Amino acid sequence: MTEFIIFVLGVAILLYVLLAGADFGAGIMELVTGKKGIDTISKAIAPVWEANHVWLILAVVIIFNGFPSVFTTLTIYLHIPLFIVLVGIIFRGTAFTFRYYDTVNGNYNKYYTLLFRISSLFTPFFLGVILGAIILGRIPANVNGTFYDVFIFPWLNLFTFTTGIFLTLLFGWLASVYLIGESSDHETYQTFMKKSRLFLIMLVISGLSIFLLAELYGLSLFRKFAHSALSIGCVVVATAVIPLIWRNIKRRNSLQARLLVGVQAACIVTGWFAVQFPVMIFIADGSQLTIWNSRAPEKTMFLLVIALIIGILLIFPAFAYLFKVFKFDSHNDETIN
Amino acid sequence: MDDFLAARLQMTVSFVFHIVFACIGMTMPWLMFIAELKWIRTGQKVYQDLAKAWAKGVAIFFAVGAVSGTVLSFELGLLWPKFMEHAGPIIGMPFSWEGTAFFMEAIALGVFLYGRNRVNKRIHLISGLVVGISGVISGIFVVAANAWMNSPSGFDWVNGQAINIDPVRAMFNEAWFQQALHMTIAAFASTSFAVAGIHAFMLLRYKENEFHRKAIGISLAIGAIAAILQPISGDISAKNVAKLQPAKLAAMESLFKTSRPASLVIGGIPNEKEEKVEYGIHIPNLLSFLAHGDFNAEVEGLDKTSKDNWPPVPIVHFAFQIMVMMGMLMMGTGILFLIFTFKWKEHLHKRWWLKMLVWLTPAGFIAVEAGWIVTEVGRQPWIIYGIMKTREAVTPMPGIQYPFYMITLIYLMLTFLVFWLMRRQILAIHINPQNSNIHD
Repeated sequence: MTEFIIFVLGVAILLYVLLAGADFGAGIMELVTGKKGIDTISKAIAPVWEANHVWLILAVVIIFNGFPSVFTTLTIYLHIPLFIVLVGIIFRGTAFTFRYYDTVNGNYNKYYTLLFRISSLFTPFFLGVILGAIILGRIPANVNGTFYDVFIFPWLNLFTFTTGIFLTLLFGWLASVYLIGESSDHETYQTFMKKSRLFLIMLVISGLSIFLLAELYGLSLFRKFAHSALSIGCVVVATAVIPLIWRNIKRRNSLQARLLVGVQAACIVTGWFAVQFPVMIFIADGSQLTIWNSRAPEKTMFLLVIALIIGILLIFPAFAYLFKVFKFDSHNDETIN
Repeated sequence: MDDFLAARLQMTVSFVFHIVFACIGMTMPWLMFIAELKWIRTGQKVYQDLAKAWAKGVAIFFAVGAVSGTVLSFELGLLWPKFMEHAGPIIGMPFSWEGTAFFMEAIALGVFLYGRNRVNKRIHLISGLVVGISGVISGIFVVAANAWMNSPSGFDWVNGQAINIDPVRAMFNEAWFQQALHMTIAAFASTSFAVAGIHAFMLLRYKENEFHRKAIGISLAIGAIAAILQPISGDISAKNVAKLQPAKLAAMESLFKTSRPASLVIGGIPNEKEEKVEYGIHIPNLLSFLAHGDFNAEVEGLDKTSKDNWPPVPIVHFAFQIMVMMGMLMMGTGILFLIFTFKWKEHLHKRWWLKMLVWLTPAGFIAVEAGWIVTEVGRQPWIIYGIMKTREAVTPMPGIQYPFYMITLIYLMLTFLVFWLMRRQILAIHINPQNSNIHD
């Protein structure tokens, strides 16, 4: 039962990265492409971003229902970065909607746009910082200590900053590949492709930096990865698909490129899960919150499984339909009345 | 500022803000759906224009509601981690169902808002219906979780730990039905009256405009029914509160001394020190009847609760009076609307009637906020009634005033922006008679 719940949690996080991540990435793309990309980007994410966002809510609900002490540990010690993420979520969502729906295309658009882009940048960054703090294991066991020791030290360091940058770049990279398929003219396509290459190079560099910094911080990620066949496989696949993705981008096979980049991101997330499992959070005193010692009583878990199964049966077909209508049906019906 | 106070205020601000969008998110899709249905049935273009115009409102309100709801789900842990640690496994279930409902809502809304030219008419219409249904269902689940805080059940509390957890019994606690019913009707009444008020305002400017006339017709029909049903649901709720949370009822009525029979107090200023109400109107025996269905029943006063477990009496009392007053005004208007619709139709075109609707625009939301204050402040000092004090649940992190200031500032800004945007949307209908939107 616990394994099933963790599996669904993993899928929710993965889909959040693949879908909502790309929506954040779209905002980051706008930062680097400027005016050229705006129309394509707005149209691409408007119908789906809210549904994509709900994967995060699902993940949070699973955590506080099934693994309550994990939820409270995160909310107590990572209060500050979580709060910043929330502020980012508010700004990104509202600024995007206001821009899309403001009837009068006036000067105000530039403020919405600015807010949309900036929050699309710092929200994933702080999400990455939070992930870094979970991996790093500096979260204290109790609140005894100075404000800095307890509430800042666990997440403010070079390692978490690098994971923040990595996640931001990953989102940007995902968006850039997805968007290539949505670009309607050659010029936009060229712009997206250039940025795509930039993101890819930086992504690879920041990924390597995470491993190197981990050694400096006494966190032997190399060894941890080497211990699990699954995580080795994930790293190998994630790296090996890069040239394939690039070839498909160049040939404008947008569907293949999208699928491959999805596989790549899935490998990155799965690789991380494989290293982490069954630990949810590493605590500074060496103890761990695992899926076993933090899970809720059996009856709660059982009902959560039922809720998730029914939820999946409803959500997945509906979600697939949403994407079929807006992402895979032909685009010639964008009528303007 | 005291961290505990800051945390409570941040929670208050977050709820006060979110609840308006939640109500609109539950109701507007139905109005939109009815307009769409009428368009398909009658073929009158004005209904399609209406459905499109309302859909734009729904898109804006839904986005703000979705993000402010996300903030709340995190704030439960950011501000009240001790509460969530115990409550998570017990009342997580309604939240997991709510998650599914919210998912369906977001997906269906995507199809409805952006799929007008992409899917066939029937699917488009159904997607509107799914938005409405799942919105109401999510609301009910969230309120069920809140009802559990008022009427905790489904666990045994032993040495500060919850054991023998039964999430099904927790969800179907003794207060869930009354609260969910009252909140759902409130959402329909408040949003419908607000919509009617805004269109009445426009109708005063642009006389005999079909668009606004039809808008008032749909929204006020829903609003009138809801406003007439609400006092009945309120009565069920009052009896429930009298049974489960006598201290809350006593605070609502400022009943300091247990009385048999008890009189109903209307208005007045409660004086906590001298334990009496000044300047109130007392109606003998009525409270006994309203609370227990018997004019001579004993009603428990605040004297049965030790003073350190009293909720802040004046706040609860005033909030309750305001809620009831707004509810009565809306019910009266609802009855008038029905009378005018079936007889004396000419009154619906009179200026005084439209002006009255304009004045009532915020009435429902004032009632919703006041009612929420009654529920939440009336439960204090408890976060889980009789089990855990709010103060025990607060986060150990100091400096909570800073996130509180930030959230307040952001929500004030968003409130202003949403008002301003809606104003632009509504005015645009008349600047451009085609009711155009570059996006659909």
